[in-house]
Amino acid sequence: MTIVVLNRRNLLAVGGSILATGVSGLLMPVRAQGLAPTPSMSGGANNYRAGAPTVDRIGKGGFWMSGTVRRAGDGAPLAGQRIQIWAHTTEGREHEPQSHGATLTDKDGAFRLEMPQIVPIFGQPHGHLAYDSGEFKTVFLRPVMRSAKDTSLEAHFVLQPV
Amino acid sequence: MALVWVALAAAICVPIAAAAVSPLLAWRDPVYILACFAGIVALGLMLVQPLLIAGYLPGLSAHRGRRTHLWIGGALVVAVVIHVGGLWITSPPDMIDALVFASPTPFSPWGVVAMWAIFAVAIFAALRRRLGIRPRTWRIAHTLLAIVIVVGSVVHGLLIEGTMETISKAVLCALVLAAAIKVMTDLQVWRKRAKLRGESIARQ
Repeated sequence: MTIVVLNRRNLLAVGGSILATGVSGLLMPVRAQGLAPTPSMSGGANNYRAGAPTVDRIGKGGFWMSGTVRRAGDGAPLAGQRIQIWAHTTEGREHEPQSHGATLTDKDGAFRLEMPQIVPIFGQPHGHLAYDSGEFKTVFLRPVMRSAKDTSLEAHFVLQPV
Repeated sequence: MALVWVALAAAICVPIAAAAVSPLLAWRDPVYILACFAGIVALGLMLVQPLLIAGYLPGLSAHRGRRTHLWIGGALVVAVVIHVGGLWITSPPDMIDALVFASPTPFSPWGVVAMWAIFAVAIFAALRRRLGIRPRTWRIAHTLLAIVIVVGSVVHGLLIEGTMETISKAVLCALVLAAAIKVMTDLQVWRKRAKLRGESIARQ
């Protein structure tokens, strides 16, 4: 019988490489036919509340969620797209209404929304983002923070027209 | 003699105490906190189990050790049920993802596999006389499941970023792994029955 030695370093290395594979898959979705659409992440839609209000800031703020929204194929930035954001933060649990808010992308397809500090929940410090407005296919993202101490997080959407 | 007990108590209580002062608790509700600590207690009980069955704890007779191992096995099932139940109440979609192996978190499948192995041992233990399972078959089955439980739980625990303090968690995980390996090696669970019976009679 072989006993596999599992230590923290090995586990982190394996976990990290899985994470890196997932992240690089998202950052480099360029294929022969142009920019590939971002697939929804597993668990991305958990505790989603459709129709979160568009806000200037979620709660008292202190943490920045940002990213970009582009069109699949030609990669053109998409302005005025509504992105919904929620997370378990210092001000509320993931499913609670005060933890949810939405923002619109600017003319360059970028969005940025201030929200309360994300704290680890279910074993990982992570946020949730959704594009769910109908014009393009719905996408749910669930980015994970490198460190629970980080005060910002990014997520990027490449949307496919319906 | 007392030293072994003090060391055991410290190995289990220090991680629990460290988790009890985690800043994350401020943003969690009671059900979630209960679920977290049920998981930590379950990991602690996993350290006691092999020590009991191998008779490494001074002052406990082989018979008492065996009886206590059974009771703690039952407690382990209860702790896991509280852990999973509490997490389910906290966030049903995340728990369902974990149970159906669709979770984005790498630690979830390890925990779920360990959970099923714990349930399997409990069911096996409850029914083995009724089903007439031979002692050697039981011993090997329990050992294999124990390997799954220990490895699954240790990996599950180490990969989680949660209330447990990193160093005390790593030490407890290392001890759980070491105790399981030591006891399985010492008891030579894969040996033939006749030899085992001779040894256990000699020990008693």
